[in-house]
Amino acid sequence: MKWLRSHLVGIIAILVLVYLFVPIAVVMILSFNKPAGKFNVSWNEFSLDGWTNICGVPGVCESFLTSIQIGVVSSLAATVLGTLIAFALVRYRFRGRSTTNLLIFLPMATPEVVMGASLLALFLNLQFPLGQTTIIIAHIMFIISFVVVTVKARLQGMDPRLEEAARDLYASPSQTFRYVTFPLVLPGILGAALLGFALSFDDFIISFFNAGTLVTFPIYIWGAAQRGIPVQVNALATIVFISALVIVLVIQVRGQMKRKALSAAVVNPAAIDVLPRS
Amino acid sequence: MVVGVATTGGTSIAPVAQRRSRTGYFLLLPGMAWLGIFFAIPFVTLFMTSLQAPVEGSPGQYVPALQISNYASAIAEYWPQFLRSFLYAGIATLLALLIAYPLAYFIALKSGRWRSLMLVLVIAPSFASFLLRTYAWKTILADESPITTFLNALHLLPDGRILNTSIAVIAGLTYNFLPFMVLPLYAALERLDPRLIEASNDLYANPITTFRKVTWPLSLPGVVAGTLLTFIPAAGDYINAELLGSTQDRMIGNVIQTNFIEFRDYPIASALSFMLMATILVLVFTYIRRAGTEDLV
Repeated sequence: MKWLRSHLVGIIAILVLVYLFVPIAVVMILSFNKPAGKFNVSWNEFSLDGWTNICGVPGVCESFLTSIQIGVVSSLAATVLGTLIAFALVRYRFRGRSTTNLLIFLPMATPEVVMGASLLALFLNLQFPLGQTTIIIAHIMFIISFVVVTVKARLQGMDPRLEEAARDLYASPSQTFRYVTFPLVLPGILGAALLGFALSFDDFIISFFNAGTLVTFPIYIWGAAQRGIPVQVNALATIVFISALVIVLVIQVRGQMKRKALSAAVVNPAAIDVLPRS
Repeated sequence: MVVGVATTGGTSIAPVAQRRSRTGYFLLLPGMAWLGIFFAIPFVTLFMTSLQAPVEGSPGQYVPALQISNYASAIAEYWPQFLRSFLYAGIATLLALLIAYPLAYFIALKSGRWRSLMLVLVIAPSFASFLLRTYAWKTILADESPITTFLNALHLLPDGRILNTSIAVIAGLTYNFLPFMVLPLYAALERLDPRLIEASNDLYANPITTFRKVTWPLSLPGVVAGTLLTFIPAAGDYINAELLGSTQDRMIGNVIQTNFIEFRDYPIASALSFMLMATILVLVFTYIRRAGTEDLV
């Protein structure tokens, strides 16, 4: 009883984590299902159809590739635009700072349906044709704020003495930026790009409003939900989930190893050989 | 904002001196122009569209006008969905707070070397498609599923089922936006000095008093951020209502979507979007202000 009381929070925490993964387990298990009717919602019979014939249903893989394309283009563009803003916010003084901050905060506080609808209203009034371009425009718009926040946090957390040291050692401003500042901020920028890709790849609401007849992966799933989602979709989602998880875990482990090696090097300079040369 | 709240908890270092030069403006310009053209200006066109009048004889065609009555007819027709959205989002936000708090507390104060792994696990569900995870609740909450059978045995379900009722929609909303609650709570609790809790215990406060007088007040910034980040997307969501609810559970997002894309009734859909945004902004600012003046500092 006493044990239960002192571990209560931990037990609840683990139960909540399990709860977070229950629907994902369902998605994965149903990727091995052979649905009885057209709806893949209850277990019927084991089958590898979803995996061996992953592009077997027309439209699935096309929509998947479309989403990857859109995700790459919009996350790259948003990362560049957002990183520039983050540098300006942290390193420069300028007028209109509070307006800038508000314009960056608001997209994160606006429901997606409102952003999707208002952008569609703009395109309709301009009679701009809907399709891949409009989706990319929309995605860049809502990803920028997340990039700014991520890169800004990294910039603010940086030790200013590293750049001072570079300047003391007669590095020019551009050298300081190239060899010290940029490499230090890079993990933040890469993290922001990954986050941006994930947000774009999984976005349904804003895309649906501005897609016209284009079908992205989430739009395909939405359409299929009415007539039965093919098992292939579950298989593809499982692949995405596992690869993303692996990427994040690898980044985590590498970061921890680097930090350990660094602190070892501080204590014992001979350990400097352990540092990865990158 | 999620990420920012979660990552700024580190050590504070004296800021680098800020320069004043034209470069700052050049760095800002492209991104801010993008946000101005594709985020701010669309609100203006949204407002203008919400006042447009239909063209006689050609459905789907509208001309610029000042038809304020669009707002009246939108409210008259869709006020139940409006209220329902805020009700469902409110309940889901409270439930998410209850569920997320113990997890955030444990990660921030008790997890030791498992901390970063647990944080990854909180974010990881977002890597699996939002739509598929919501769809999976159809399986979990189905009529013959263990959870429905169990709750029915206890006579807890008024309709004898979960799927296609408001319970399913609220459950889906609670689940889907839970990480948005956990991360800000974690960020606030992580900054809490555990010695304050020890001091409270040393002074013979029981755990409940310690929580009420120390932990909870100090975590309030996280509670405010988390409830906002959960409530706003939940109020605008229509995926959960569409996939898990019946036609009786439609939310304002469903109405905006069908009016915009299926009925092509752009003025009504724009009026509804505009009112949704305005209501949320008013709620957010009152809420921040109340929480700010009463408890935050």
